[in-house]
Amino acid sequence: MTATAETTAGSRGSQPPVPDGAVTVTVKIRRFNPEFDDEPRWDSFDIPALPSDRVLNLLHYIKWYVDGTLTFRRSCAHGICGSDAMRINGVNRLACKVLLKDLLEKGGKQTTITIEPIKGLPVNKDLLVDMEPFFEAFRAVKPYLVTYGNEPTRERIQSVADRERFDDTTKCILCACCTTSCPVYWTEGSYFGPAAIVNAHRFIFDSRDEGAEERLDILNDIDGVWRCRTTFNCTDACPRGIQVTKAIQEVKRALLFKRI
Amino acid sequence: MQFHKYDVVIIGAGGAGMRAAIESGQRARTAVLTKLYPTRSHTGAAQGGMCAALANVEEDNWEWHTFDTIKGGDYLVDQDAAEIMAKEAIDAVLDLEKMGLPFNRTPEGKIDQRRFGGHTRNHGEAAVRRACYAADRTGHMILQTLYQNCVKHGIEFFNEFYVLDICLTETENGPVCTGAVAYELATGEIHVFQAKSVVFATGGFGKVFKTTSNAHTLTGDGMGIVFRKGLPLEDMEFYQFHPTGLAGLGILLTEGARGEGAILRNASGERFMERYAPTIKDLAPRDIVARSMALEVLEGRGAGPNKDYVLLDCTHLGAEVLETKLPDITEFARTYLAVDPVVEPVPVYPTAHYAMGGIPTNVHGEVLRDNDNVVPGLYAAGECACVSVHGANRLGTNSLLDINVFGRRAGIAAAEYALSRDEHVELPENPAAAVEAQVALALSEHGQERVADIRTELQATMDANASVYRTEDTLKQALHDVQALKERYAHISVQDKGKRFNTDLLEAVELGFLLELAEVLVVGALARKESRGGHAREDYPNRDDTNFMRHSMFYKQGEGLAADIRLDYKPVTFTRYKPMERKY
Repeated sequence: MTATAETTAGSRGSQPPVPDGAVTVTVKIRRFNPEFDDEPRWDSFDIPALPSDRVLNLLHYIKWYVDGTLTFRRSCAHGICGSDAMRINGVNRLACKVLLKDLLEKGGKQTTITIEPIKGLPVNKDLLVDMEPFFEAFRAVKPYLVTYGNEPTRERIQSVADRERFDDTTKCILCACCTTSCPVYWTEGSYFGPAAIVNAHRFIFDSRDEGAEERLDILNDIDGVWRCRTTFNCTDACPRGIQVTKAIQEVKRALLFKRI
Repeated sequence: MQFHKYDVVIIGAGGAGMRAAIESGQRARTAVLTKLYPTRSHTGAAQGGMCAALANVEEDNWEWHTFDTIKGGDYLVDQDAAEIMAKEAIDAVLDLEKMGLPFNRTPEGKIDQRRFGGHTRNHGEAAVRRACYAADRTGHMILQTLYQNCVKHGIEFFNEFYVLDICLTETENGPVCTGAVAYELATGEIHVFQAKSVVFATGGFGKVFKTTSNAHTLTGDGMGIVFRKGLPLEDMEFYQFHPTGLAGLGILLTEGARGEGAILRNASGERFMERYAPTIKDLAPRDIVARSMALEVLEGRGAGPNKDYVLLDCTHLGAEVLETKLPDITEFARTYLAVDPVVEPVPVYPTAHYAMGGIPTNVHGEVLRDNDNVVPGLYAAGECACVSVHGANRLGTNSLLDINVFGRRAGIAAAEYALSRDEHVELPENPAAAVEAQVALALSEHGQERVADIRTELQATMDANASVYRTEDTLKQALHDVQALKERYAHISVQDKGKRFNTDLLEAVELGFLLELAEVLVVGALARKESRGGHAREDYPNRDDTNFMRHSMFYKQGEGLAADIRLDYKPVTFTRYKPMERKY
């Protein structure tokens, strides 16, 4: 089915004025609403967009002016909240961090952008997936500071170098881009997945933490770090630039040599 | 309909809601209801820091912090509340560190501190290093740390539950809060949560403006629900415009950039803040910097092809400072404007950022039903609340502080109140009826108006007529426009009629709150014929302490969207600081 802006104009009324410099792009979206549909389908929308638009702007245009039933999550719209992870032209990205100008076909050919839900989690509706299994894996690795004994009156002292040691993995926004780009996770949903290991790493290598052994025991499990096949999809997918595969390797090494 | 019973229900899972939950959840049976997932909340977008007079890097004390907060708020701050916040700031930061927050460190391994707008040594002598920070991701670290600790304490979350109403039971001593009613996004089912205490922590309503640093989801739901119940909102005309939004987009660039030494320049390269705030220059409070930027543009000194922005110059800071202390904003400029702050200045313009006003509370987070009485069992904290610690203009970092200090206080107070009651007070009859009717009406066929059109027009008129500078004429235009849009809202069409994740319906409901809150803001701005803090009237350029040294209190009169707004006033609490002229 092809639903262009013109053909569906009756359903949501007239379109807003097209801004100067806009180009027409085709947005091809994987749709599925189990409330009404037996199986997923593809819908295409031809819409005007500016090269400076984020893919999220395109989705909003469709939802607001063409088809109000299109469903996806979003909130901050600038890559901080992690709501709008989706598969854009076959790779996991945040819709608010991909600009149209980086997707445009060369030579003035009309661009088609393909958008699907992230893989490996049950689809609830269109681009919106069930995040519960993802957060369950996160919660399972004790993703919080574990300490024993009396708390100091003031702050715990931590050197600049010790703070730097785990800086990379503190950046995680739990968007699931990494976990749902992992071929192992697609086939074996019981695998903790990269994001959970990243968040374990964030505490295992924090000099203030005393829970490393508990966490390493959890990750030594059959569904733990050893499932990683170092495909590097996760590192490519991370919108925060975290060296995800490296973090997983560091956890593996900590297990092998019992050295943190 | 499903029914649940808890001691405490917290609405909202940003910084204030989760800080409250950590306290409440360890004392009483607590549920947290959020229309998002907790880690999606907009606390995570805060960047620069959280002030506390730790004195880790130079002399400082909480009394100076109190004074700065009060002067920064143009003396509309309730001074007892500001004193509590500045005093408890120190433990609030240390608590977060103990919960695991990865603050940046000094060479001695202590929490590092940086300069921030309006925070000064000894009552205005010079900028002081008071903001505790984690690069330019302090809000992200706070949100993650609080969520991690909620996981640790097994806090019970109801994710993607959109609260649309609270239950007030009338007693001989006035209304008592007895629960909340939520719409479950996954199923479209209505849930009634009976509770002894309810805490609002639903954040702000920045989406009344077009150019804003706020998330799409910041639609003032909590404030709107309270207002519809006939309870007051306070100081809604005071809305903060953050000076450094990415030009044209509104994405926030932290004031911490100027804290690290970045400089604002006009088209000719002049450091124009030297003219407006000779002592602390670029680190003047946000209202002053935002007005100065707007004036530069109005007077023809703006940069760019349309002379409609100014420039944030970070080039002298060097790549290392930018990459280590300001990495996220460096990336935002590169991603969204294709500008590299290491080598070229970044186009910036004020962006709608923060509501100083909100649901009036006392220092325990108890919600007021008038100037003197509270609603037993009802609490609020964070941006949706007005304690008032921010007065007419909030200082940078004081919002992250507010959510931690008053989120904690509200959580403790709500749990202790619940534990002091043996029985739940009975719910009002048919507690879900109003929400069921609201949802049914929204889904029924009653017009062809598009939510997106009304929202776009609302945001356009608010940007044009009720932003950094306001006059009688622009505000009357805004009021006229908002009222016309409210009439059109009665004829909106929701295209998605399904029960499953109906975000089309959600956006329609959110727009209803935005329209009502925009009207309250404009009515307040029209009535306040003076300039104070974030409220700048070109036709009344001076502060008028004789007539307006008082909080505004807005009450909804009647039912439905067309109801009137009654404006009343509440005295400001003074302790030790007499109002002075505000110079920096």
